[in-house]
Amino acid sequence: MTTGWCDHPIHRLATAIDTRAVSVREVVEATLARIADRDRSLRAFTTVLGDSARVDAEGADREITAGRYRGPLHGVPVSIKDLIDVVGVPTTAASRVTGRAPAGSDAPVVARLRAAGAILIGKCNLHEFAFGTTGEDSSFGQTLHPCDPTRSPGGSSGGSAVSVAAGMAFATLGTDTGGSIRIPAAACGLVGLKPTFGEVSCDGVVPLAPSLDHVGPLTRCVRDARIVFHAIRDRQEVESASTHGAVRTLGCPRPYFLDRLDDEVRAVFERALSRLSDADWTVEDTPVQHAHDAATISLHLVLPEAAAMHAATLEQQPQDYTPAVRLRLELGRYVRAEDYVRAQHGRAVLGRAVDAALAGRDALVLPSLAIPAPPLGATTVEVGGETASLRGVMLRLTQLFNATGHPAVSIPCGLTSTGLPCGLQLVGHRHQTDHLLDVAEAVETALAG
Amino acid sequence: MTPDDWLVAAKTDADRRGLPELKPLLDALNDATRALRAASWNRHAAGPPSAVDAADRATRSDDPR
Repeated sequence: MTTGWCDHPIHRLATAIDTRAVSVREVVEATLARIADRDRSLRAFTTVLGDSARVDAEGADREITAGRYRGPLHGVPVSIKDLIDVVGVPTTAASRVTGRAPAGSDAPVVARLRAAGAILIGKCNLHEFAFGTTGEDSSFGQTLHPCDPTRSPGGSSGGSAVSVAAGMAFATLGTDTGGSIRIPAAACGLVGLKPTFGEVSCDGVVPLAPSLDHVGPLTRCVRDARIVFHAIRDRQEVESASTHGAVRTLGCPRPYFLDRLDDEVRAVFERALSRLSDADWTVEDTPVQHAHDAATISLHLVLPEAAAMHAATLEQQPQDYTPAVRLRLELGRYVRAEDYVRAQHGRAVLGRAVDAALAGRDALVLPSLAIPAPPLGATTVEVGGETASLRGVMLRLTQLFNATGHPAVSIPCGLTSTGLPCGLQLVGHRHQTDHLLDVAEAVETALAG
Repeated sequence: MTPDDWLVAAKTDADRRGLPELKPLLDALNDATRALRAASWNRHAAGPPSAVDAADRATRSDDPR
């Protein structure tokens, strides 16, 4: 078959599979053909699981033909960030540090995707150990942006994002410690969901900073993100029915979050707010107190936690890290314990500030990424008339919500004049991720209208 | 140890460990740590732990971690 199905959303493909308009085998073959066609240049995958995907496809076709259709992920090819265990496949973390022994079992999130009937099509490239925002530090080489090969797709879940954006998977699992799902989602024109902290298991996932790490989906639309989120979340974390009605009120935290934006990103975001107002959404200015301290607080959390995770291998095989990632990990060994404690206090302060900004509102609305996808190799960027660290700019709008644990989702909201995607971020109440997805789906509809 | 003393010691340690390229990052970390300690919300920066107010303790259980 042609690869025509490859760019469809899951919910549309699922209807075709359920009604036998297309077989799972055909979908898997089309997806593998797309990977063969595009991934030699894009480098989104570290491992393509063609043989096992074909076997799983035949099993899925047999089940569905026998009337045992499991639901909207049954027979759908998905990819997995290569930081997450898949049984029988090495978890490389895109590093030479990890060795190449296969994982002994699936991470719970992977097991849940399999139980829902998803077909694992491959594992995806990333910034080494998820400790970066561009993908340039990877033992598998730099993943390229699907719209412009001179640019990074963002990171650290860059390979995951490109796998979906280029039609090589219908959904993917990424991880997000400072923005690593939402940043590449914004840069590649996808939906990227970071659930509330703790709603999705991080077992079987190589940790970066355990108090900040989240697992979540990247997909082509909010509806698909909800399908994957419902499949992977911890059952005991299923939220009670939302207490929110159809409030349709958003808070826009302009101070700090809109202070330093690329001009085109700002214009796209402001146009999106205008469209929301036209669609009868109320958008109110609401600052998040102390937001300007987010980077400092996050730095003093992520550095020592990451250094602790890597203490043994920093001693035993430092030469196997990429130089930039090794230096950031080494830097974490110099953070003083008293400052880690101060940062923990700061995180609680930020959490209350976000709760206050959300009070009486469905969600906060802000850009996801202050710049479009950056040029390969850039270390600094011009934003708002100033030259700033690229890494700091890319993390600026997302990392606060890792520290506080609030759910956040990036959805596409327009293109720059050169066709690069921009993302709009919605931040919801803690443990109300489903309500956040309700809001995101309504906003997505309003922006498409 | 003052921040300046710490920075000197940290850079000396980086040199001893053969990581001179770490020194600019240590400068940046020192700047960030000064900002952290000076933050307006950081009562620990201005006084003993007892300065943390009751509201902070009361809401800590809401924190997801």
